Amino acid sequence: MRNNDGWGVNERLAKVDPHRVDLVALYRSMLRIRTIEEEIAARYGEQKMRCPVHLSIGQEAVAVGVSAALTAADQVVSTHRCHAHYLAKGGDLTAMLSELMGKTTGCCGGRGGSMHLFDLKAGMLLSLPIVAASIPVGVGAALAFKQEGKPNVAVIYLGDASLEEGVYHESANFAALKKLPVIFMCENNLYSVYTNLQDRQPPRPLTELGRAHGMPTAHIDGNDVQAVHRATVAAVARARAGDGPTFIQADTYRWREHCGPNYDNDYGYRTVEEFTQWRDRDPIARLHTELLALGQLDTATENTMKAEFDAEVTQAFGAAEAAPMPVPGADGVGLYA
Amino acid sequence: MPEPRIITAAEAVREALDLALSQRSDTYLLGEGVADPGGIFGTTKGLVDQYGPDRVVEMPVAENGLTGIAIGSALMGRRPIMTHQRIDFALLCIEQLFNTAAKSHYVTNGAHRVPLTVRMVIGRGWGQGPQHSQSLEAMFAAVPGLKVAMPSTPADFKGMLLASIEDDNPVIFIEHRWLHYVSGDVPTGWYTAPLDGPRKVHSGDRATIVANSYMTLEALRAVTALAKRGCEVDLFDLRVLRPLNLSAILDSVRRTGRLIVCDTGWKTLGLGAEIVAQTVEGAHDALKRAPIRIGLPDYPTPSSLSLAEAYYPGSVDIIAAVQKLCDLKEDDAAAAREEVVALRQGVPIDKPDPAFKGPF
Repeated sequence: MRNNDGWGVNERLAKVDPHRVDLVALYRSMLRIRTIEEEIAARYGEQKMRCPVHLSIGQEAVAVGVSAALTAADQVVSTHRCHAHYLAKGGDLTAMLSELMGKTTGCCGGRGGSMHLFDLKAGMLLSLPIVAASIPVGVGAALAFKQEGKPNVAVIYLGDASLEEGVYHESANFAALKKLPVIFMCENNLYSVYTNLQDRQPPRPLTELGRAHGMPTAHIDGNDVQAVHRATVAAVARARAGDGPTFIQADTYRWREHCGPNYDNDYGYRTVEEFTQWRDRDPIARLHTELLALGQLDTATENTMKAEFDAEVTQAFGAAEAAPMPVPGADGVGLYA
Repeated sequence: MPEPRIITAAEAVREALDLALSQRSDTYLLGEGVADPGGIFGTTKGLVDQYGPDRVVEMPVAENGLTGIAIGSALMGRRPIMTHQRIDFALLCIEQLFNTAAKSHYVTNGAHRVPLTVRMVIGRGWGQGPQHSQSLEAMFAAVPGLKVAMPSTPADFKGMLLASIEDDNPVIFIEHRWLHYVSGDVPTGWYTAPLDGPRKVHSGDRATIVANSYMTLEALRAVTALAKRGCEVDLFDLRVLRPLNLSAILDSVRRTGRLIVCDTGWKTLGLGAEIVAQTVEGAHDALKRAPIRIGLPDYPTPSSLSLAEAYYPGSVDIIAAVQKLCDLKEDDAAAAREEVVALRQGVPIDKPDPAFKGPF
């Protein structure tokens, strides 16, 4: 695997007993997200989803591994690439697809589009498309938990490029200073649009940017859902115990183009060889192999699962397509509360 | 009638913050200097001793990050009150204020609320210069989703601050540093002065003057001197820049036919430009003369005393504008000018006007 920093994968926090994990549930969640994202890609050309889409295909393990360690009252914040985070946390599928189509039934009533997914019932606080902008918001949610004496944690999904933004450092500094119950889950997918990490940052372990702010860190294989889950469970335990924030670097890879439904390996910024290496580390296929070996999955079960997801996705797309478009001014602008 | 209770605007702010912290457990203060011995020009002095460092949070020097943190806590139901000792520092927070705070309620179709108050202080005088005395209210007021309040009287400092804290929207609360010294009758206890529109300060038929913040005092001085010479004008203290409610001002212009706007910011693309534009759109037929804007010239605030003298307009400029619009006799204008100059008692322009201590 290609790490910018040349460090091997180091599951520093993975020694913690992850209790008994329902591996089939993790598999189901990843496969469901993959099915939804593939269907969005397949239907994108119909131009009913008239907004940019930043697909999560290839990166499902991080969202699923994290969410399995959280409760609905725990909050997550995300970025422009928020579909998997939203779905894994329990975000409503029809509300998501409706939002992509700009419908009244969208989570934002059609006002946000794909980069603003949120679901208050599910504990998906918000997604923001400005790089690193949601980081302090996640820290603020953790501050509210602490001020109100609640036992919850906030998880901030951030990309590798977020570490280049000043607001990451401002937020990490404060979170560590106040020992806030927050997890900085850094998905390193190596690229900011078309620019490789090595062209944006000096060769250093990304985890040093957590350590510099006084946080314990972990560097994990972000395509290993069990590793993600173990690291998150440990960080959540720290946070709930009042021991403060944790920084986790999870290496992963986006399969499709930065924005849109296609593959872009011909574009010249990355090689087919690199893509193939990462696709061979497909988090879903890996867990599939393991589940078969463990005897926890068989073809019949998997077929049932796939049929269930296909039906759910078909139904949700149908509901989103049938929903009305918002009428300008119908309910007032609603600028102020 | 109860005896008037005369306190300064700075004391009024401190009272409001004290009340907010004692009566609402969801509030907390956040800012560089809120817990230090100076206490933001006395406005937060001693509150950390009373409420502790978890309610009066001395913050790292990280304005944008802490703005986002305040927003995140507000989304979860807290009511943060953030303070910047200079509005210039708040430029570091523009990303979070404009992108996150201003848009969350609209973008989520009403699901999110951001009950955030951000105090920003406009500096002036004693050579503070280009980056410690800007008047940036028009920039904040240009963004839908924010509310922008600018009090001028001590009673409004307290009542509008409590209204901002009660408000479920992000409110930019802009305090002119020189108004902190001004005193006036301030009610005790919790009360709110609604963030709903301008307040009429003086009545007359000859012209309509709209002022904001500190310029309300300069305008009031000019208007008082003019009134003694028989020239009575309407004077409005704008109070709230967004949502901008100009209906009372348009009604006044329909009567007077003459408009002067004097605000604390730059003239070009400033608050006056918007007020004049809306007046022309809404009351064009009533206008007898072209409106006049009084604002800062198109360059940064200079530090030197002699350069600052040429920079800041005041009551003399307002008298000149009224003279031009109302065809005031030179004798009357000169007498009004002499009166306002005398009131300033020769105090250099880089120091607060001692006569502006009030009560107002």
